[in-house]
Amino acid sequence: MTTILFIGAILLLVIFGMLLKVQSMVDVVRGSFSKRAGFSNQVNAVLFLIFLIVGLGLFYWITVDSRQYYLPEAASEHGPKIDNQFWTTMIIITIVFVGTHLLLFTFPYLYQFKESRKATFFPDNHKLEFVWTIIPAIVLTILVLGGFKVWSEVTSPAPANHISFEIVGKQFNWMLRYPGKDGILGKHNFRKIDATNTLGIDFTDKNALDDFMPGEIHIPVGIPVKFNIRSRDVLHSVFAIHFRQKMDAVPGMPTSFWFTPTKTTADMRAETGNPNFTYEIACTEVCGAGHFGMKSKIVVDEPEDYAKWLETQQSFLSQNPDYIKDVPENLRSLAEQQLPKQAATDSATVVKAAASIQ
Amino acid sequence: MATQDVHAATLDHAHAAGHGHDHHDDHDEHHEQSFIRKYVFSEDHKIIAKQFLITGLLWALLGGALSMLFRLQLGFPNMDWTWLKPVLGNWIVDNKLDPNFYLAMVTMHGTIMVFFVLTAGLSGTFSNFLIPLQVGARDMASGFLNMLSYWFFFISSTLMLISLFIETGPASGGWVIYPPLSALPQAMPGSGMGMTLWLTSMAIFIASSLLGSINYISTVINLRTRGMTFTRMPLTIWAFFLTAVIGILSFPVLFSAALLLIFDRSFGTSFYLSEIYINGQPLDNMGGSPILFQHLFWFLGHPEVYIVLLPALGITSEVIATMSRKPIFGYRAMIGSMIVIAFLSFIVWAHHMFVTGMNPFLGTIFMFLTLIIAVPSAVKAFNYITTLWRGNIIFTPAMLFSIGLVSLFISGGLTGIALGNSAIDIQLHDTYFVVAHFHLVMGSASFFGMMAGVYHWFPKMFGRMMNEKLGYIHFWMTFAGVYLVFFPMHYIGISGFPRRYYSFTSYDTFNMYQDLNSFISVAAIITFGSQLIFGFNFFYSIFRGRRATQNPWLSNSLEWTTPINPGHGNWVGAIPNVYRWPYDYSKPGHALDYIPQNVPHWETLESNLDHENDLIAFEREMEAEALADPQSAH
Repeated sequence: MTTILFIGAILLLVIFGMLLKVQSMVDVVRGSFSKRAGFSNQVNAVLFLIFLIVGLGLFYWITVDSRQYYLPEAASEHGPKIDNQFWTTMIIITIVFVGTHLLLFTFPYLYQFKESRKATFFPDNHKLEFVWTIIPAIVLTILVLGGFKVWSEVTSPAPANHISFEIVGKQFNWMLRYPGKDGILGKHNFRKIDATNTLGIDFTDKNALDDFMPGEIHIPVGIPVKFNIRSRDVLHSVFAIHFRQKMDAVPGMPTSFWFTPTKTTADMRAETGNPNFTYEIACTEVCGAGHFGMKSKIVVDEPEDYAKWLETQQSFLSQNPDYIKDVPENLRSLAEQQLPKQAATDSATVVKAAASIQ
Repeated sequence: MATQDVHAATLDHAHAAGHGHDHHDDHDEHHEQSFIRKYVFSEDHKIIAKQFLITGLLWALLGGALSMLFRLQLGFPNMDWTWLKPVLGNWIVDNKLDPNFYLAMVTMHGTIMVFFVLTAGLSGTFSNFLIPLQVGARDMASGFLNMLSYWFFFISSTLMLISLFIETGPASGGWVIYPPLSALPQAMPGSGMGMTLWLTSMAIFIASSLLGSINYISTVINLRTRGMTFTRMPLTIWAFFLTAVIGILSFPVLFSAALLLIFDRSFGTSFYLSEIYINGQPLDNMGGSPILFQHLFWFLGHPEVYIVLLPALGITSEVIATMSRKPIFGYRAMIGSMIVIAFLSFIVWAHHMFVTGMNPFLGTIFMFLTLIIAVPSAVKAFNYITTLWRGNIIFTPAMLFSIGLVSLFISGGLTGIALGNSAIDIQLHDTYFVVAHFHLVMGSASFFGMMAGVYHWFPKMFGRMMNEKLGYIHFWMTFAGVYLVFFPMHYIGISGFPRRYYSFTSYDTFNMYQDLNSFISVAAIITFGSQLIFGFNFFYSIFRGRRATQNPWLSNSLEWTTPINPGHGNWVGAIPNVYRWPYDYSKPGHALDYIPQNVPHWETLESNLDHENDLIAFEREMEAEALADPQSAH
């Protein structure tokens, strides 16, 4: 089979070659080569015009047709500003794109070779050069200043009233940690990581005792939220698409971003008409085979619903009382408040047992 | 022919004597070089150029084929891959493509295209071929280093090729090989042996590139023929010269980045690694910074874009002027803008890093610098268009590809204005918008420049013409194809689709555009297929093409004053003197629509401008000097 295919391919090539030879001989007989530009030249010139018209048509069509899918609905305070920057830039570059292409593709048609004509000797024009150096410079300056303003705002420190939590990337999922009632995240240490304490929470820090690790992100609408971003193995990147935020997760270097959500999940469901709408986080820094599946959910609640959700969350310690053995003596009583009554006694036994072994 | 042989032999003698050894083989009694010296370990810049070209084209075929595979995955995520099992073997798991191998292909496609095709294949080919021919030199400053440059590239190529076939697969962390992913074999199979080979191959590649660049620069500076001042050099030479300068300054930084990565991988250092817990255990590395790698990488990586693009722009300048039968508009502005681009290319690198955790203030600085670079780029685009204006355009395939390049350069460059704006980049970074942007402005545009160069200088390389009609078909299919492939990607990117994704099915946010992705894949396959037309045309024409005339495009530059098949040493007899710039096309008053650079002004009194008449006395002097100088004759 393969041999037949191979021979077939060779034969095709040979036939193709012969056709080519015949074609070029015909051209020689016709004297095409003695002319500087023949019929093909006109065909190519016209093709540029056709390409221009069809191309602009398709450009228009896909631009209109994809409108439904453009930038996903912005749901943060700064989101519309970024979108505004984007669309302003897009409008300007579309004008330049269409304008330059009108010239670029009509000139070949207008100035195709004619034996009788001589090209215009036009090597220089300082005025023209000056004009098209200055105009882009001015337009770009305006765009940069607009971008600068939004960028400074987005990257400014989070306002004092923000809430924060921690999102940590690993191959291949996002892990979450919220501060408990104290509002402060406890320390962490990558050497303390194990199969359960996946973030390496350091229980020698008293702020860590009430930290909890929920399955999905909940944030309240209208309140600034800061994502404290870490990675525990390779680079990842938190892309909160609808909130117009993105930041790499870097092992050994904590990063962060903040935004103020403006639409709850319910609002978005109503607005998009999609009853299953969910805010999603995607990983945008290649991190290995599972990169494409590194998704997390964000639920934006009304503040009161958020408060309720917070109430229902149980601290890591209360769910994994075994870790009480890592809590130093002086914090032990504080830690035990986290535990349900029964578990507290159990954990005390565990610790005693551990101590007796030592 | 006889004179040529004698000439080549004379040169050979001089050469052998100069180096104090005899490199003639036993069976080389007629002072002709042996096959090996002539075609394999050749020191002739023309042969080396062809070696670079053919190796580059083979790499392009492979790099393109890899993209076909991952386009199949993206376009048809439910496809049954069993039929490819004979080729891909264990990379097909349960009739599906292994996601690790998907990433491996993405990585190798990028590496191959950026470095092996568009750096070595483009710059290596045309800098080697054109610099001596267009500045009027017998060969490169050092033929030996030039030969080494190719063979280092060959070794580097071989290693990279081998890495495709090892069990754990080639490097897979993206062509940017960001650590820690690339540093830790635990993180993905491709970071094992494949990554080691990648780094070794790249280290050798950098050596090859540096050897080439040093040669290009010294040749341009030292070996220009009489009268070939810097402001009379064709824009191709300016482009190659500046490219080489950029390469010399930036490639060593990539080398250091790679070296530190090698240390981290093999010798337990922590340049890029810190606080990592992987595979159930914490690593000992502390205090390193992955961001450091990114700074080092992009300090090469961004100039690399211009290393790839400038030669293409240079080629285009030459072809557009020649085939429009018009001087290039704003010759000095073109040089100036290239110099500005070359300079700025070193201080914009961190626009690749706006959202990596780098200080936002740096982001501001780099946004300003990045958008400045759009100004000289805009000047170039406008100058190309003005060159076409009121020209007398002949559409050779090279000309078509050059006009195509300008179009792609504009389309892709404009979206750079959106991406260079750090505020917008928050949303667009690492989405398909970026993929669309750089494939147009850097990938396709440079590839078009390479094609333009091949079609234009094929007669000089092989003494035969390529078939024009096949060239037209090749161009129109490729041009339409490239737009159909990359233009829709902008829309996919605007919707937020991240790049390097194996599939999008697990997200609700990315549940649309499957039809568009299938369309792109089909368009990509057709575009790739149409490159086979070129492949056929190229190899067929080398052997069976119509014989070329000495100056088939009626061009001004010096390479067309050499014999149809220039021998070793390029010119028979003296190297021509240069009396004018290379763009005296359609000069008013002159009977023909071109005046080659070696035509003195005293022969063109009817078309001289006032200040050119003043040059005549000086030119006479120069000619007398040349005649008296025994060296210039041979």
